[in-house]
Amino acid sequence: MTDAPVEARPRTVRHVEGDLIPPSSNQGLLEVFRRHYLLNLLVRRELAARYEGSFLGFVWSYINPLSQFFIYWFVMGKLMGAHQNIPNYPIHIFSALIVVHFFTETFGAGTRSIVRNKALLTKQAMPREMFPVSAMLVSLVHVGPQLVILIVFAIGSGWAPDPVGVAAMFESLFIAMVLGTALALLFSVANVFFRDFGSFVGIATNYVRWGVPMVYSYEMVSNSLSHWATVLYLSDPIATGVLLIQRAFWVGTVDDPKHPSVTAMPDHLLLIGLGVLVASAVLLVIAQLVFNKFEKKIPERL
Amino acid sequence: MAADTAILVDEATKVFTLRYHKTFKQMTVAMMRGQDLTNTFTAVDNVSLEIKQGESVGLMGLNGSGKSTLLKLINGTMRPDKGTVLTRGRIAGLIATGAGFHPQLSGRENIYLNAAIMGMSEKETARRYDEIVDFADIGKFLEAPVGTYSSGMYARLGFSVAVHVDSDIFLADEVLAVGDKPFKKKCLDKMEEIRQSGVTIVYVSHAAGSVARMCERVIVLEQGKLGFDGEAMDGIRYVKYDDDLPVDALSAGDGELGADI
Repeated sequence: MTDAPVEARPRTVRHVEGDLIPPSSNQGLLEVFRRHYLLNLLVRRELAARYEGSFLGFVWSYINPLSQFFIYWFVMGKLMGAHQNIPNYPIHIFSALIVVHFFTETFGAGTRSIVRNKALLTKQAMPREMFPVSAMLVSLVHVGPQLVILIVFAIGSGWAPDPVGVAAMFESLFIAMVLGTALALLFSVANVFFRDFGSFVGIATNYVRWGVPMVYSYEMVSNSLSHWATVLYLSDPIATGVLLIQRAFWVGTVDDPKHPSVTAMPDHLLLIGLGVLVASAVLLVIAQLVFNKFEKKIPERL
Repeated sequence: MAADTAILVDEATKVFTLRYHKTFKQMTVAMMRGQDLTNTFTAVDNVSLEIKQGESVGLMGLNGSGKSTLLKLINGTMRPDKGTVLTRGRIAGLIATGAGFHPQLSGRENIYLNAAIMGMSEKETARRYDEIVDFADIGKFLEAPVGTYSSGMYARLGFSVAVHVDSDIFLADEVLAVGDKPFKKKCLDKMEEIRQSGVTIVYVSHAAGSVARMCERVIVLEQGKLGFDGEAMDGIRYVKYDDDLPVDALSAGDGELGADI
């Protein structure tokens, strides 16, 4: 370094292309996917963070759903006798569990995501939707291997893929993905203002588990509820998501296609699923608008 | 606004809401007693300024005068409640050094992550990678988790990534607060290099010596309001820091290396 006076030193003149824009401007979710490289790194960081200091690491993400699976299988299947009424009961539960777990993990981790990353958010301008979205992708990463396990057991039980089933599976996963992201967006920003929302999500996910035909069959629902109550029941998007994935895997493993638990499933399931998916997408747009309205206050409230 | 404007702040105001009572119970009690539930605090009050490309501007003022808030308005972390803030080009800076470092990830992984957070692509980071590593000087610890680093190493790595981002506007806070004396010297040299390359610099400091050396213009904030905007030496006199200046204001004395934010 020279000690020459400021003005005496040569300076390069730098002309910057581009317009004067607000430095905080971004296009929300679109911006998140435009910066997919950063998103990718954040997802990896999140995966590393989730199992930090743990010996079993990634395996834990299977222990949780598997332990739930065995509780349901034993209590509901063996003790309460669901095995008799629902053929291939383990596949009935496990297929549903994949969607339910994907959704609840996205919802829960997404809700906590902004508060957890406050060190970063209060210092650096970036699309804040990044964090709920990366929470969703982290949960999605775990869906793959779970699907592989499911497919292995389904094939063992006589399942073969069919076009309607494949479509149903994608609809099911997309519903959980879009709805989970929408709720994660809404609740992540709400959680900044009142941490109560984080606790609320814990309770809500409990209802989600029991509000879907996972441990019991849809046949039991349609037998015991009136028509309108059934419509109400089906208006829970995750219930539809569960029926769709059961259509994709479980139905194919049932030997008798006329079994009452299969025939009880609602007609036009793919169409219902499409409707639910569109509704979830609308909710995602609303969530983005609400997020835009409140995110301005996030840095000062963290 | 001219074509060579880098930063334009137009009547920007940022108000913080201070909440006294956090729980339902506290709020009910406070409401019954007729106490205020919230209070507001104007951190940046109707500030207007224009900074041209290639200018280096010192931002001075007492603690709590709104310097950091103004910097966060410029880097986009916060948005003004009133008025506008406009910038041209990529912004980097030392506000967020080490932000987003994850203790479980290695130094190498954190370099890529931190650079991506600041807007660098994978290719850009790969191109600057060796320089970043050389500058941080953490040697064999590069593959070790950042959580095992000493605070000095941690800060050096964060600083090193920040100064190697290809930026058009560089916001410097806490510049000299990191590392030992040789590293501070290296930082000053690097800042000088950035300045020479024509990058617009906004430099927050209480150290009159380094402001005098780095900046041709000084802006002083007083309780959120613009107090002074003009020649560097006049600004330093305005905040009455000129006593701290070494006899020769432009020589690199010890005084200017003060670790202060």
